[in-house]
This record gives sequence, C-alpha cells and structure tokens, in this order.
Amino acid sequence: MNHFSLALRHLHREWRAGELLVLAMALIIAVASVTSVNFFTSRIHQALAGQANDLLGGDLVYLSDSAIKAQRVARAAELGLQSAKTLEFPTMVLAGEKNQLVALKAVSDSYPLRGQNRVAPKLFAADAAVTGGPEPGTVWGGSRLLTILGVDVGDELTVGNIDLKVAAVLTSEPDQSEGVLLNIAPRLLMHTDDLPATGLVQPASRIVYRLLLAGDAEAIGQIRQEWEPKLKPGESLLDVQDARPEVRSALKRGEHFLALAALVSVLLAGAAVAMATRRFISRHLDNCAIMRCLGAEQAMISRLYLIQMVVLGLLASVVGIAVGYLAQWGLMFFLAPLAGIDLPAPSLWPVALGLITGMVTLLGFAVPPILQLKDVSTMRVLRRDLGGLKANALSAYGIGILAFMVLVLFQAQNLTLAAAIVAGLLLVLLMLALVAGGLLLLLRPLRKKGGAAWRFGVVNISRRSGHSLVQMVGFGVGLMALLLLAVVRGDLLSEWENRLPADAPNRFLINIQPDQLEGVRDFLRAEGVEPPLLYPMVRARLEQINGKPVVPSELKTDRAKRLVAREFNLSWAEEVQSGNAVVSGSWWQPGDYGKPIISVEQSLAKELGLGLGDTLTYNVAGQLFTAKISSLRRIDWESFKANFFVVAPPGLLDKYPVNYITGFYLPAEQHAVLNRMVQQFPNIMVLDVATILNQVRDIIEQVIMAVEYVFIFTVLAGLMVMYATIHATLDERIREAAVLRTLGARRSQLMSSIMLEYTGLGLLSGLVGAIAAGAIGMVIAKQIFDLVYLPGPALWLSGMLIGAIGVGVAGTLGTRFVLNQPPLKTLRGA
Amino acid sequence: MTAQIVVNTQNLHKRVMSPEGELTLLQGVNLSIAAGETVAIVGASGSGKSTLLGLLAGLDEPTEGQVSIGGQDLFALDEDGRARLRGEKVGFVFQAFQLLPNLTALENVMLPLELAGRHDARQVAEGVLQRVELAERASHYPKQLSGGEQQRVAIARAFAPHPQVLFADEPTGNLDHRTGERIIDLLFQLNAEQGTTLVLVTHDLHLAARCQRQLELDEGQLQAERS
Repeated sequence: MNHFSLALRHLHREWRAGELLVLAMALIIAVASVTSVNFFTSRIHQALAGQANDLLGGDLVYLSDSAIKAQRVARAAELGLQSAKTLEFPTMVLAGEKNQLVALKAVSDSYPLRGQNRVAPKLFAADAAVTGGPEPGTVWGGSRLLTILGVDVGDELTVGNIDLKVAAVLTSEPDQSEGVLLNIAPRLLMHTDDLPATGLVQPASRIVYRLLLAGDAEAIGQIRQEWEPKLKPGESLLDVQDARPEVRSALKRGEHFLALAALVSVLLAGAAVAMATRRFISRHLDNCAIMRCLGAEQAMISRLYLIQMVVLGLLASVVGIAVGYLAQWGLMFFLAPLAGIDLPAPSLWPVALGLITGMVTLLGFAVPPILQLKDVSTMRVLRRDLGGLKANALSAYGIGILAFMVLVLFQAQNLTLAAAIVAGLLLVLLMLALVAGGLLLLLRPLRKKGGAAWRFGVVNISRRSGHSLVQMVGFGVGLMALLLLAVVRGDLLSEWENRLPADAPNRFLINIQPDQLEGVRDFLRAEGVEPPLLYPMVRARLEQINGKPVVPSELKTDRAKRLVAREFNLSWAEEVQSGNAVVSGSWWQPGDYGKPIISVEQSLAKELGLGLGDTLTYNVAGQLFTAKISSLRRIDWESFKANFFVVAPPGLLDKYPVNYITGFYLPAEQHAVLNRMVQQFPNIMVLDVATILNQVRDIIEQVIMAVEYVFIFTVLAGLMVMYATIHATLDERIREAAVLRTLGARRSQLMSSIMLEYTGLGLLSGLVGAIAAGAIGMVIAKQIFDLVYLPGPALWLSGMLIGAIGVGVAGTLGTRFVLNQPPLKTLRGA
Repeated sequence: MTAQIVVNTQNLHKRVMSPEGELTLLQGVNLSIAAGETVAIVGASGSGKSTLLGLLAGLDEPTEGQVSIGGQDLFALDEDGRARLRGEKVGFVFQAFQLLPNLTALENVMLPLELAGRHDARQVAEGVLQRVELAERASHYPKQLSGGEQQRVAIARAFAPHPQVLFADEPTGNLDHRTGERIIDLLFQLNAEQGTTLVLVTHDLHLAARCQRQLELDEGQLQAERS
C-alpha cells in the first residue's frame, strides 16, 4: 500500500469528521473571489486585443484639435493609403420642444476604413452591420437619444441651422466612445458634407479632428515615421497599440481596485485557514503521537499530511474556480455596459491563477504549522501534558504572509504596488491588534465586579487574552468589511450629494460667441430671467514654464500630466470672482490692464511647482504669449460655479478667439426657456447639470455595486474567520464547561457567561472594526471622491451594536452545545 | 532462564531539569524480560513507572544507559528508526485508550497495519475485531462506544500486527472493576494465543499478581523482585 492511497483514505476520514470544512470553505472563497475578478478582466483584455483594429476605425489615426490639412490627405493618397475624416464635438440637437446635448460625429464617405457600423431600421428592432456611414442629409441616432427626444426613424432633428432626417438607429460604431465617461452624452452620426450648413464649427469650438488611414503596412509605417517626429501639441498618432488608451487606463485602475478587493478576501481566507489550522493541529497532536507509537516515521507523517493538504487544496481550488466562473457573470452584469464592448470568452489564465491562489494560500497558511506535527513527542501518549508543540509564529505565519505577498505580486505585476498593498493590509491588521489589545487592558479592572456569570465572561475574555486578541482581530476584520459596505458607503454617497448647494447653478451655457453676448442677455431678460455674469474663455495650451518647454512625460504626478496635456481655458476679469480669494501676491489695478500678468489657482500651482514671479508661455491658435504669475488664488470649487485655473487682467487676451460661458439656476418649470434659446442660438450648448449628475451617479452606483459584489467574498471570508475563531477555542470551552458543571455551576450560569463573553467580544470587535472602517473610509473619501469624511459616533455605535448582536448570537449558538455534553463524558474523553 | 531475552535494559537513568534543580526519575534500572513472559511494573504514583515504560518503548530518550528490544539497541537508532521498530515489534494499550476520534473502530484497528503498508489491513482488522467480540460495532466511532468497548478496540489494535512485545499502561485505570476484569482476561487470552511478551504498568496489585513477574519501582529504583 503506498502512502498516496493511505493519505487519500485519511483525507476521506478527516473530511467525514468535518475537520476540513472550514479550511476548504475558506479556500473556495479565496479562489472564487480571485478567479471571478480575473475571468472578467481577462474577457475585457481579450476584447480589447481582438477588436483593436476595429476600435480605431483604421490602421493609423491622426488626431488634431485643428482642421486636417489637405497636404496630409494628399500624402496618404500618394502612398496608396485609403483615408477618411471624422470631426467630433458635443452640441445640442432639437426635436420639436425637446433638446438634448449629444456627442456629434461627422464622418466622410469612406468611413469607417476598418470595422463596421451597426444600425437598426427602427427603435428596438434587430440591428445589422452596414458599410459606410449616413448619407448627406441624414443622421443616425443612438436609441437613447431618439428615446429622449421622442423621435424614431423617418423623423427630423434640428442640428445647428439645418434639419436632418433620422435614417437609422445607430447601435454601434467601430471607433465609438472616447471613454467611459464621455459616453454619457448620446451619440449622433452625420455626414461631413452637411457640417458647413449647420454653422456649428466656430473658431473657438472644441472639435476633435481625425484622419483615419488604412492600407499597406509599409506605407502606414512610412507615414508614421514622417509625421511622428513633427507632431505639435494637440496632435497625436494612434495605432492599434494605442487604441482607446483612456478605456485601457480606466480599466487598469478598475482592475487594480477589484483585484485588491479580491486579495483582501484572500488574506482573510488565509487568516481563516490559519485559524482552522490551529484547531486542526491541537486536535491532531494526539493522533500524531499515536501514529508515531504505531510505527509511523516523521517523514511518513509529513508526507501523509502534505498529500492530504495538496489534494484538499486542488479540490477546493477546482470548486472555487467553478464558483468564480459563475460569479463573473454577475460582474459582467454590472460592468460590461460601462465598458461598452462585446466580451469574448475568458482565457485560461484565471484558472491557473485560481489554482495558484488556492495552493499558495493553503501551503502558506496551513502547511508550515501542520508539518510541525511530526515533531510531537511520543511521550504524549503516556502523559498528555507532554509534547505540545512550541508555537513558532514566525515560521507559521511569516511564510503565510510571504506567500500572500507572492500572490499580490502576481496580481499587481508591480513590486512597489504589491509592497504598498501588503504594507497597507498589515497596517490595518496591526491597528486592529493594537486597538484590541488596548481594549483588553481596559477590561482588566472590571474583572472584580458583578455576579458570577459576569465575572466568568469578563475573566474569560481577559484571561484568554491571546485568543481574545486573535478573535477580536478576526471578528473586527469581518465587521470592518460589513461596515464598509453598509455604513461608510452610504455616508460617502450622501456626503458627496450634500456637497452641492441647493441653489447651485443647474444649467451651464457654453460656446456663446462674442457677437451673441448682447443677444443672449436680451433674450434672457425678455424671458424674465436675470442675466448672469458671462465669463470669457480663451483656449490655450501651456508650452513653456520659465522659458523651458513643458514635457508632460517628465512631470511627476498623473494629475499634472493630465493638466498640461489638454488645453487650458483662460479667462480675464477686472475683479476677483466671488468664491475666489487671493492667497499670495496681489490682484491687479486698472493701471495693470493689458500687462502680461496672470493669477493662478493654488492647487494647480502646487501641482506644477509654480510660484509668484514664474512665467508661463501659452499657445493660443498658433500664437505664443508669455505672462508672469502675479497672484495665487484659492477657489471654492464646491460652489459649482464657472471657475478658471488661470485668469488674466482685461486687455491681455482680447485679441484671441474667445467664447463665453455662464452658469445659473433655472427652476425646472422654466425649462422651456432653454428650448427657445437653443432654437435662437443653435451653436450654444446647454449643459443640464442635474442630468449629468444623475448619469455620473448612475455610473458611480454601478461601479460601487461591482465592488460590493466582489466584497461579498470579503464578507464571506470575514464570516469564515469568525466561524474559525469560535471553533478554535471550542475544545477548550467544552472541557472548561465540564469542569465548572462538575463543580456545581448551573446551566443558566454557564449560558449567561458564554453570552456575556461573546457579546463583550462582539462589542469590542465592533468598535475595532468601526474604527478601521472609518479610517479606510477616510482614505477612500480623500483618494476617490476628494471629500473630507469624518467618521462619527454613529459609525462606532452601529459597529458596536452589530458586533455585540452578531457575534453574541453567533458565538452563543456556536458554543451552546458545549452545555449539552454530559460533563463526565467530556472529562473521561479528555 | 533459557528463553530468548526480548527486552533488556542496562543501567538506565533518566534525569530532567526542574525549577528546583535536577530531578532524578530513574536510577540505574537493569532488567531482562524473556520472550512470552508477562511482567508487571508496579509502584506508587510518581515512582517512575510511566517514565520507564516510555523508555522501554523508545518513546523517550534516557539520560544514560541502554534499552534493547529483540536484540536491537533502541538508542543506537534515530527517532525514525525507533518508530519503524515499534511498528514491527511493539504494541501498546493505554489507560486513556488513545483511539483516533475521527476513525471508526475498524479503521482504528486497521491503522497500524496501514502504516506498515499491509494490503490485507481490512481483513486482518475485521478478524481481530471479531476476536474481541466487537465485529458488529466496527463502523462505530470511539465516542459512540463505552469505555470497556473502547479499550477492547485498543487491544484489538495492539494485537492486530502480531507484535513481539506489548506494553500496557494502566489498561484498567479508566474502567470500573468488572469491566476492568474482563479487559484483563482478554489481554491475557490474546497474549497467550499469540505468545506475546507483555509488559504491564499498574498500581493495581491484584492485576499485577496475574503476571509471572512483578518488578517494583520506588523513587526511580528497581526493588527486589517478587514472583
């Protein structure tokens, strides 16, 4: 008989006895949580890789914020390349009394060069792929747009100065979407030939021009070589590698976040495994001693346990992978609509990762202590007090933490990030342990008070302080995960919503041309709306700081890179705008008008390392101007008013192309005013803040739901920790209860003492968990929502309440049967 | 005595460190036990009985001296070598039965045979269980058995591999008088059937009297033999 079959038989016997259930469950949870996230992200990656060419609409795309020069098209034709042009910008469209902001894309005849549009003949009818785009005189609208405007195929839409017929419902475009967030605006596709008549293309309009190229790879390579070195700010070249970088980076961040949530489950599962292993070991000390008496060599015992553990790990991992595969459909449900792409089947990598996760967790947290079992003293069979194992925490849990670090590294693919994640998690655990330890110390003086049950309960908590500490950390982590989901999330969302003052501007008007200023004021006055302040806006690109060219890639923070990569809106003003305050330097006097000085918002200045006296050189429509920073301002962004990072005195920017922006509060019942305004001034865009906020809110809700979904595993893992923790002390409790009952303790007394102990533990763990959840909430608030969140007593109280009730009930129920055992039986078996 | 010597000790000492200084548990124990003999080691609590038994079975190491089983010097072997030797030649019956709680009665009896890699473990174990009249309880777990039944399973487990020597540590200590008597009868019957050498540790003089020889330990030293 070989060791393998013997080990399998032992495994079967252990499983039958329920010894391995906690271990297996914890592993399944860990594996399921990691694989579900990775199955999902693998599908997204496959989609991005498979559709990359189609996603661009061509092999190479030249992007510019100014009109495409004829030479470029000619050069492409010379090299035998096909080309197509698109222009994309946001604008308002009208249908009868209704209007809507859309992401308009005008396309030339040959669009798209790669991939196909899909359209439906009627709203909600089945769609099919078609070649080419809309004919001149027609538009294709997305179903959302048509629904909002209450029109269908065959009706007309007003785009700028002209009416265009809806010829089809657009269901997908190959090069759709600038990214998740810009997808907020519904889509509208038209032909470039109709564009001049709309009058929408104005000198200061924010338009993205694209030249799509396709053809021979060599010719594409040559164009790339010729154009790439000469790209100016505002121009770029994209090929398949760069397809939808914004989606990629958004997904990357999303993946990291989901992966992190999954890893928290793995760590918790590791803790549950470690906890369950403690019980496993204490129950197997005798078994091992007996087996050694019966002739088992140390190596044999190690091999038996190792085979059992590996087989258990494999089986649990396979189940976990299956659960993870099912669970990823849930993630799809929440997140796939945001990604806006069809998802192919996942790769096999998550299966491998699931196996690795399961095995590493088990080998890291369970196997090192289990392998110490072989060292048990055989004398234990004669004298039970002999031959216990010396707990070697470092070898037992050090390897576990190291193993966990390997998993994090696998997932994060980045040593610094992995180290940061592990350090962060360990910090949370350390904090939990410190708080728990502190609370246990505070408990000591209470030992002498109260009745017998109270004393037993309290004494038990502080006497078993090592165990209590571990239990509190275990319960605390579980409760922390629960509280984060239940309380902190709600607090954060309402905090975010409350930040918007009730009378904050709810409508913004954008793209008002200088010659329309008086007209807009008169119009509003005639409609009985007090005309708001109109702010001038000049689009400029930051080229130099103190005479040195700005290279985005050399900037340190992502925010700084983003800030300089796009165009700035510069404004001018005589007075400091309300909600702004000069924090250093001084505001200009009338005598300074026209001088090359500017006022910069302080956070921008900090991000770019700017101070008073530094000079900035801007490029406005091809012309450079340089100005010196004469003051720094603090802006109350929460006012939700139109604000500007950089403001100049009057007279400096007047000569450049300018348009105006304003924001004001318009009660819902006066909504028709805006319809009339858009009819009279078709180029003006109306932003409905409430709608945008709702859409942003929807997206945030969806992302939060996806994260919560992953956190379900975390909560399950937390519950496993709690369960394993209760179980870890069960044997000791059974013996103790037996002794106490022999000494005359009544059932009710023991019951009260157990209830008191667990309720007390729950109360303390709830407080510990609430403090940790609050701290994590503060970090999330700052990092993700840019909010200041101060966890209050309500969080602590709910933590203590949930903890006391949850742990009290669970612990009492889990331990109750201790009292049902006849004491003699327990004592004899001991 | 011409029979072959199965258990032999020479000048066996065991000392341990305690908070009060060095403590002598055994002092110069010399004994020889022949094949098929039944020997009782008696003495008061703390006289060193369990310590001696532990050393005889190679469960613990002496500070000084030698133990041999079947001619093999135990402490010339390493721990694993002693385990192998136990598996081949030694059986145990304990006061606290020491059955594995997660294994059924049959599986407990099979365990030493399985550890020795025997393919006929199940048949042999079933036969021995039948011999101790517990065949119908083969699939019961230890906690479902009475104390006497558990000890019978333990005896079956001890005899299943046909050991050369059987060490029994207070085998009736956890049992009432009548059950204890029946257990002892069974132990001696099986011992006679298999021709095993039996070394019994007990403070029960009545039980000790059923053995061919009685060795008395007092404060770690072997007293004059009564027989």
